[in-house]
Amino acid sequence: MSILVNKDTRVLVQGITGREGRFHAEQMQQYGTRIVAGVTPGKGGQEVLGVPVYDTVKEAVAGHAIDASIVFVPAAAAADAALEAAHAGVPLVVLITEGIPTLDMVAAVKEIKDLGVRLIGGNCPGLISAEESKLGIMPGHVFKKGRVGLISRSGTLTYEAAAALSEAGLGTTTTVGIGGDPIIGTTFKDLLPLFNEDPETEAVVVIGEIGGSDEEEAAAWVKEHMTKPVVGFIGGRSAPKGKRMGHAGAIIMGDVGTPESKLKAFAEAGIPVADTIDEIVELVKERLG
Amino acid sequence: MKLHEYQAKELLAQYGVPVPPGKVAYGPEEAERIAKDFGKRVVIKAQVHVGGRGKAGGVKLARPEEAREVAGKILGMDIKGLTVKKVLVAEAVDIAKEYYAGLIIDRSSQRVVLMVSKEGGVDIEEVARSNPDAIVKFPIDPHKGLRHFEAREVVKRAGLEGNLNRLANVIVQLYNAFKGVDASLAEINPLVVTEQGEIIAADAKIDLDDNALFRHPDLAKLREVEAEHPLEIEASNYGFAYVKLDGNIGVIGNGAGLVMYTLDLVNRAGGKPANFLDIGGGAKAEVVYNAVKLVAKDPDVGGIFINIFGGITRADEVAKGVIQALEEGVVKVPVVMRVAGTAEEEAKKLLEGKPIYLYPNSLEAAKAIVAMVGGAK
Repeated sequence: MSILVNKDTRVLVQGITGREGRFHAEQMQQYGTRIVAGVTPGKGGQEVLGVPVYDTVKEAVAGHAIDASIVFVPAAAAADAALEAAHAGVPLVVLITEGIPTLDMVAAVKEIKDLGVRLIGGNCPGLISAEESKLGIMPGHVFKKGRVGLISRSGTLTYEAAAALSEAGLGTTTTVGIGGDPIIGTTFKDLLPLFNEDPETEAVVVIGEIGGSDEEEAAAWVKEHMTKPVVGFIGGRSAPKGKRMGHAGAIIMGDVGTPESKLKAFAEAGIPVADTIDEIVELVKERLG
Repeated sequence: MKLHEYQAKELLAQYGVPVPPGKVAYGPEEAERIAKDFGKRVVIKAQVHVGGRGKAGGVKLARPEEAREVAGKILGMDIKGLTVKKVLVAEAVDIAKEYYAGLIIDRSSQRVVLMVSKEGGVDIEEVARSNPDAIVKFPIDPHKGLRHFEAREVVKRAGLEGNLNRLANVIVQLYNAFKGVDASLAEINPLVVTEQGEIIAADAKIDLDDNALFRHPDLAKLREVEAEHPLEIEASNYGFAYVKLDGNIGVIGNGAGLVMYTLDLVNRAGGKPANFLDIGGGAKAEVVYNAVKLVAKDPDVGGIFINIFGGITRADEVAKGVIQALEEGVVKVPVVMRVAGTAEEEAKKLLEGKPIYLYPNSLEAAKAIVAMVGGAK
């Protein structure tokens, strides 16, 4: 078991004929992801990587059963592409694209949620259920099937944590990179209930960072509802206020987004916080006995 | 991207927001000429990209005949490390009431949120701390926009006094401007009601969303690079996410999260990072070479820590770039590296016998560079 995606998930790739889209679609196929179709407006009728390409998501959905779409469309058109998938009835949309205008995301996130569709990202590495299916750009080989759910605002740091969990023999169930932007489709607190109910997930690691209040909201949910152990991590604890640290969302504004506030929220929810990646593994081991 | 007050006011005026007549001056004589043309009392305001200009003495009232002297004092002034190169000379306003109206992108509600307060003319973050109830917040539906009746209701709830329709108009115009220019923040503070009952934006601030600048080429041109650190400008030419910091250990890594973590490790080991530099995903040797060259150029840097976890980025490509920088002699300081992940073994083979210190573990590597360069001062 896993959350959101598994080996049977049938995937559409939007932007499949572009450089990024094609490269990662091929990587996903090699991982075992069931890609059934692609969409690039104006390129309908072609075949790429052994799957048919359509002009619109509607046409793709008419010809194939599709469970999820992954979007590699350039920033100016990315929110529109995610909306297209949602309106065509695709229940899960993973938006990889970086640099999407914030107001596009404000409008798209609301509309997509109103349609009852789950959006992951944008500006995210995607998600992966270890050794089953990858809808993202992460290096698949570091994810070994196991017992821990992993959610993160970072990319590389997630791969590093997954590798450490794999090496320690703990492994992961599903890993979700929620994205580094201020307005994203799915936050930590949206995913915790799914892990809480997934029979294979025994513990959850939350890799947060400075900026915003996702970690605080996640901690509040854990305190009230979570029955499984949660281990936390906060990146950027030494970052100066008011400076944007790479991710558009990783910025301390006034009193919001400080590491102190996040550490306090984790402490109040009984979530132990690791200072290093190695410590994440140790804390998970301790909690799982 | 930040705009100056005068630029923000020009944009707001295009959307119908009343602003006091004003012009920009680059020298005292020009300021005097503008003030004399207005023929009445003016306010002379430093145009720099920082808050707290008033407290720093960068905002002064003057009669036309005093304008030259007052502008002369403000021009060239240092405000929080920035030199004042231009001033706004604007007609002074007869203030009866000072209010606040602002729009921000709120992450929790995932909406643009309107904030209106009776407590204008002061730092709104201070009001938020000392008297949060004095700020009325309203999350705006992105598809319906801000309707006039909603703005009227907010004005009433906030207890603003003055012509209700006109106050609401200005707030709707502010929202239209916010959407029209793809702002990430827009505020009028103070929003003034004059003795004559006129409503006017006496000061304004707009930050633009960098991700949307491609839609606004005219606004993108307003970026002023002199306000940024020269290394930050060079880094942006290479497409690096780079932030200059005040320590002495250069930090390079792949992925914003990993670089932030690396800064934390350097701090934990008792050192201070000189910068944040993310080479991004899938970087080739040349990109890495440029990154090393850039960081090595910083005179504050006494040593460099390169932290790589290969995913899409191959560790051997990183190693090649670092080796090229070493062989061309652009690096005169010790280099500590930690590589793991994709092509880790190939990278280690390439780095064998090269003048760098290789560690398998990030924290050990951080401790090593701090020991070599020296701790925080």
